[in-house]
Amino acid sequence: MDDVPVLELHEITKRFASVVANDAIDFDLRRGEVHALLGENGAGKSTLMNVLYGLYHPDEGEIHINGKKVAFGSPKDAIEAGIGMVHQHFMLIPVMTAAENIVLGTEPTHGRILLDSDAARKRVRDLASRFNFAVDPDARVANIGVGQQQRVEILKALYRNAEILILDEPTAVLTPQEAQELFEILNSLKGEGMSIIFISHKLNEVLDIADRITVLRRGKKVGTLPREGASEAGLARLMVGREVLLRVEKSASAPGEPLLAVEDLVVRDNRGLEAVRGLSLEVRAGEIVGLAGVDGNGQSELVEAITGLRKVEGGRIVVGGRDLTGASTQEILDNRLGHIPEDRQRRGLVLEFTLAENLALHDYDRPPNSRFGWLRPGRMAQHARRLLAEYDVRGGGPRTRASALSGGNQQKVVVAREVSREPRVLLAAQPTRGLDVGAIEYVHRRLVEQRDEGTAVLLVSLELEEILSLSDRILAVYEGRIVGEYGSDVSEEELGIAMTGGHGPAEAAA
Amino acid sequence: MPSVAARLALYQRTGGVITPILTALVAFMVGGLVVLATTGKNPLGTYKAIFDGTGLNWLFPWVGGAERTSAAFELQQTLILTVPLMLTALAVAFAFRCGLFNIGGQGQYAVGSIVGVQAGVWLSGLSRPVHIVLAVLAAALAGAVWAGIAGILKATVGAHEVITTIMLNYIALWVGSYLVGFGGPLQDPRDVSVPVTREVAQSAKLPVFWGDPVLQGLHIGFFVALGALVVYFVVLNRTTLGYEVRAVGFNAEAARYSGIKVGRSFFLAMAISGGFAGLAGAMDVLGWEFKLDLTEIQSSQIAFIGIAVALLGRNTAIGIFFSALLFGALLNGTSTRSLDPTVFKPELAGNLTHIIQGLIVLFVGADLLIVYLWQARRKLGIAGRAGGPRRKAEAGA
Repeated sequence: MDDVPVLELHEITKRFASVVANDAIDFDLRRGEVHALLGENGAGKSTLMNVLYGLYHPDEGEIHINGKKVAFGSPKDAIEAGIGMVHQHFMLIPVMTAAENIVLGTEPTHGRILLDSDAARKRVRDLASRFNFAVDPDARVANIGVGQQQRVEILKALYRNAEILILDEPTAVLTPQEAQELFEILNSLKGEGMSIIFISHKLNEVLDIADRITVLRRGKKVGTLPREGASEAGLARLMVGREVLLRVEKSASAPGEPLLAVEDLVVRDNRGLEAVRGLSLEVRAGEIVGLAGVDGNGQSELVEAITGLRKVEGGRIVVGGRDLTGASTQEILDNRLGHIPEDRQRRGLVLEFTLAENLALHDYDRPPNSRFGWLRPGRMAQHARRLLAEYDVRGGGPRTRASALSGGNQQKVVVAREVSREPRVLLAAQPTRGLDVGAIEYVHRRLVEQRDEGTAVLLVSLELEEILSLSDRILAVYEGRIVGEYGSDVSEEELGIAMTGGHGPAEAAA
Repeated sequence: MPSVAARLALYQRTGGVITPILTALVAFMVGGLVVLATTGKNPLGTYKAIFDGTGLNWLFPWVGGAERTSAAFELQQTLILTVPLMLTALAVAFAFRCGLFNIGGQGQYAVGSIVGVQAGVWLSGLSRPVHIVLAVLAAALAGAVWAGIAGILKATVGAHEVITTIMLNYIALWVGSYLVGFGGPLQDPRDVSVPVTREVAQSAKLPVFWGDPVLQGLHIGFFVALGALVVYFVVLNRTTLGYEVRAVGFNAEAARYSGIKVGRSFFLAMAISGGFAGLAGAMDVLGWEFKLDLTEIQSSQIAFIGIAVALLGRNTAIGIFFSALLFGALLNGTSTRSLDPTVFKPELAGNLTHIIQGLIVLFVGADLLIVYLWQARRKLGIAGRAGGPRRKAEAGA
């Protein structure tokens, strides 16, 4: 390891109006290390990286690269200085091939006009083999998976001779397997002398991959520590500023009568293909059933079918003893079914509506929100104020627009709305996606509370850890069918194998 | 001190009054430059003449005598034009709040006019209030049905309302032309050389409350339009129907997830929009036209101007009132009748209206563009200072 760090940030301060997003932050990166930047949403991680990438100008502070002071006017300067960034949302052009995307902007040409696609392909192939990547240069980006797209993004940075690679929450979109593959790639990049900044709010990942970890909280650096000796609990405390319960504390479940029963359900996806193929499951009062599966194995279609948003082609759905197959969404929700949708901004909330209006999204047409078709804004606000206090929603009152809230508080609004209706069955689809540790703890606690009050909870999540820590029973779903049932003591490996079509105990026994 | 971008964004969100006023002012300035370039005359003189032509000088207490009499007459004409502008603008605005772009106001207006005029002709013998109410309701219903077709198509097969309402405009235009035109079933049989319907019965004519009924005074349709503005606001903000419409307009997906029947909202929003446009047709045929001729059906642009009125008025009731007044004044002030030919050639005058109208639409689009550019500029970090309200999105890790 060299003595001079490849990158040093000195007392970087960045203000937005009156808010200090970065407050005198020091950060350094050594050659050939993975340095994780850990913090809750809004802690200032992205702001700091945007400063480094030339997207923002720091109000105070200096950036040194290889010991030399630099000032970036734009990302172009940063790229020239050897910094590459892989954003959370990929910046790829779907209709172009991997190779075309990678060389875009600095492409080899015939006579400066025509793209020399053979040369482009060759360069990409050379680069991929040098770093041990499996990427097909001729595949169209639209046709390859998310993990592959991410590799294309990384290659794009490497193609531009990046020596410092910034990865902004790279695992947010990946399956556990894909994440493992990414970590292998990062380790081989490290071996080639690349220096990597890894932004995340997932503790286990950071402990997996990082050599050193810097924790930010509310725009300030809390500390930098080596991986050795760091623990999840310790990091969580640094991040949140208080003790955090990482393991959900819950008593043994006492399941009662079945409240949700799905029998031989068949549902088609948007392309008309069968996404759910004869799936059956049962959720009883007072238990949390976790549905574990890799994204795209029919989970979304299942949830939409249960809530009446998607047509049922075959089979039955029974909620609280009533057959609601083919009923309207309104009818189903009125039958005391709560639904925390998987995308709170697109499906859970009307961002332009006030919190009071959002909290009334199902029950706008009945008291106290309205009477005889007339809204009662005063009562609506009163009702909302009570819920906001009860569910600890911060950052606004009944008349605040939902868009003004942070992600965690937005999700609290959704949870407040669904839980306050006292559902018998609660569907929670990815209820903590994109939330920080504190908000995750909150949502988990509420779900367990619901269970203890006798609600049947169906939890659909792509996070195995979430499934394992919350569920009383776990069902593995693969290609639209349940392929195994497990107790909460199942190992992550066993579940992972079942989720990817391997043999679970159900079949092994048969 | 928030940045310009933050302030603009704030105006956008709160439906602030500054930007529409600026928009209109800039449009008038550019229009003035056109006057200067084409006639070489001082644009202020032209605008003064247009202003006098609108009758708005009636509001000034120092205007007296004959000038006051003629100002009163002009103001009545301005307000008569304002009535269908307000109503057709509501036809755009209501659909817009449900996330639909109703381009079919003109067709809905035409259908309303035809049904309104026929109800005025056929139902003679009723008492005046009953006849008026029936004719007006029939016209509004006809507009609602016409727009409802587009709503049903959107709700059931997902046909885009911009396409279907434009097509319905043509159907209304040509069916109307056939009905009223030479040899058409609704043409006045007493003179087959003129393509015009019979005149509505006296009992169907809207009472005039200001000015001389014979000299086309201001009819009570003005209050109907004002009432429609109130209805628009109340339905949208104080009823569960309006709540559904707004929820669907902002985020149809979230509305669907919460159990709102999105297709039903599309249909109802379109039908109510069409009802406003049909009402506009009734006000014109029963308020001052009294009969419908072929050229009126074929050349009327009133509902298209209504789109501009809704845009400038930001789809709010109060905004639509003022922008309808502006466009009504502009139309009347530049009409060949109102404008002194020595000041500004009447042939050019009508075009000046179109220029200003076009500029306003352009600038309404442009102020969205300006906000977008400011935001893009901040995203790229070209300038150091940045505004507050959007901080969350930026600081989120």
